[in-house]
Amino acid sequence: MTERQESKQSVKEMNAAMLSSMEAPSRGWLVLAAALGAVVGWGAYAWGLQLVNGLGVAGINRPVMWGFYIINFVFWVGMSHSGTMVSAILRLTNANWRRPILRGAEAMTVFTITVAAMFPLIHLGRSWKLHYFIPFPNTLGLWPNFRSPLLWDIMAINTYIIGSSLFLYLGMLPDLAVVRDRKQGLAKTIYSILAMGWRGTAREWRVYHKASTLMAALIIPVAVSVHSIVSWDFAMTLVPGWHSTIFAPYFVIGAIFSGIAAVVTLILILRRAFQLEEFLTPGHMDNMGKVLLVVSLLWSYFYFAEVLTTWYGHKPIEWAVFTFTGDAYGFLLGLMVVGNTCITIPALCFRRVRRSGPAMLFISIFVNIGMFTERFLIVVPPLAHRNVPFMWGTYAPTWVELSITAAAFAGFGLLYVLFSRFMPIVAISDVHEGEALRSHHRLGRRTVSTMTEEG
Amino acid sequence: MNQAESDNAAYHWGMVIDLDRCTGCGACVVACQAENNVPTVGETLCSQGREMQWIRIERYWEGQYPEVRARFIPLLCQHCDNAPCEPVCPVYASYHTSEGLNGQVYNRCVGTRYCANNCPFSARVFNFFEPEWPEPLNNQLSPDLTVRSKGVMEKCTFCIQRIRRGKEDAKLEGRPVRDEDIVPACAQTCAPGAIVFGNMADPESRAFRLARSKRRFRLLEDLGTEPSVIYLKGGGREDD
Repeated sequence: MTERQESKQSVKEMNAAMLSSMEAPSRGWLVLAAALGAVVGWGAYAWGLQLVNGLGVAGINRPVMWGFYIINFVFWVGMSHSGTMVSAILRLTNANWRRPILRGAEAMTVFTITVAAMFPLIHLGRSWKLHYFIPFPNTLGLWPNFRSPLLWDIMAINTYIIGSSLFLYLGMLPDLAVVRDRKQGLAKTIYSILAMGWRGTAREWRVYHKASTLMAALIIPVAVSVHSIVSWDFAMTLVPGWHSTIFAPYFVIGAIFSGIAAVVTLILILRRAFQLEEFLTPGHMDNMGKVLLVVSLLWSYFYFAEVLTTWYGHKPIEWAVFTFTGDAYGFLLGLMVVGNTCITIPALCFRRVRRSGPAMLFISIFVNIGMFTERFLIVVPPLAHRNVPFMWGTYAPTWVELSITAAAFAGFGLLYVLFSRFMPIVAISDVHEGEALRSHHRLGRRTVSTMTEEG
Repeated sequence: MNQAESDNAAYHWGMVIDLDRCTGCGACVVACQAENNVPTVGETLCSQGREMQWIRIERYWEGQYPEVRARFIPLLCQHCDNAPCEPVCPVYASYHTSEGLNGQVYNRCVGTRYCANNCPFSARVFNFFEPEWPEPLNNQLSPDLTVRSKGVMEKCTFCIQRIRRGKEDAKLEGRPVRDEDIVPACAQTCAPGAIVFGNMADPESRAFRLARSKRRFRLLEDLGTEPSVIYLKGGGREDD
């Protein structure tokens, strides 16, 4: 009897700890939200200026018609592969260490894909004509062109936004019910609606488990298809340096790479910000570090294969793009290789590095700097150095593009800060489930914790 | 429209450019700019790669001093039969006409600039800003075609307004279009007569006959885009 009482108490304590981020906002939180909001506002001003004056305020030109907006688009779509992929794979493989990081990763997917979806809109010459992309019956009998990879892209991104939002929401249902039970007044009403009458009966749990497994299995092919299609925006063209069969898997791996690195960064920040050290342990870092190592190896292998075949074939027009990249953007090329391969692979081989917070923070941020650079090197040099030498050029972003890029990061941060304030940032029910499966045994003088496998 | 249909069409517009005759004077560029309401953007924007010319004279230097030669290639939209710019446009702003033209619907264009990226000739130009004409150039805008707005892609149309007029006049007189009925602005201004426009579906047209020259070649032919512009190789003196 007393034992049960104790465990109930600890459940309450655990809930309180995991929901600590939802308590009254601190001054720090308000300052952070205001600062992020200000940067977003500045970016909106820059975009407004672009809408009024035309795309000339950006650095794009002939021949480099695509610039920072498309780079950002690919980058943010890549980041969005973090969450859903990580959480779906970990759910399906029953990795028990996944539990505390699920929510953070899934939320990250939804927000990064939202930011990503803004960029094609910003990038358009006439953003206000966006509805031309939508297949709706009209008097002109005009339909969008389904042969265009850009249209596939829109379909894929929309599918992914809907799918990953549902995935996030489904996983949150039991936790929203927990929040509902702790709130009063208007907040209780809102969370009651969001929790959709979740009561935690055996039947509800059975359906919930079935649904989340199904969603996890379904979201993986969607995630793979999304980045394949993003890569086909490039690979389907005749542009030397873009027209490559390896692009789809290369992009998918690149996306997972930057996505996992972003999850690591985020976990480290969340852990510090909300004192969740108890739930997000060095053990999690260790495991994520191993995953990151594998993906880094894969990315490096793809890049090597791509460069090797081009170099060996030495087709002038293809190789010229590589030599041009080396000449004009040598520094960026070095940054990419150092960030994605030279530091990451050797460093992550060491357990001490994988378990150290600062080291992992450095590596994960460096990977994403490398991946942003990689996207720059994919988009810009092939365009700048195409078939007709008379039309060779260069590209550098202007303050407008840089402001909008900064606003994208701030906007993502803002969405996340708001989310962690109003929604349970740790998957409470999953953690409890993990706790229930864990038992402690005394072996001589040591206590060893064991995990019961789910059938 | 499929290949068989276009093979049977009465018109297939094409152009022959004799590089032996081209002096690189640039009259075609000016004529095109005046005819097609193409804005001038000024020195600064030009240096930033924002010039709007639908036809440009590419100049290449050959050899070492003192044996140096300048080569000129007037380059415009090649009106490819198998145009890479067309399938990538998500809204059908870039499309193929039944007469072999590579059409561009300005009002439909949303400005993804995908077509420009996929054009191996970099023939497409983009309205980075709202076009402006300084006095008195604004008074010479042609009423036969639209002035494009900012955010829209444009390119050489083979002077589609002149093709339309030529066809209408011929129809009124109840006869097929003759060679001299349609002359695009660039061909009309070309003093040495290097540019010849015509109906490639008509074996009697001058363009068709010139296109059978031994000197014929098409730009970037290995890409298989089937351009409608045929060049006649220049610099004959050294080669023959």
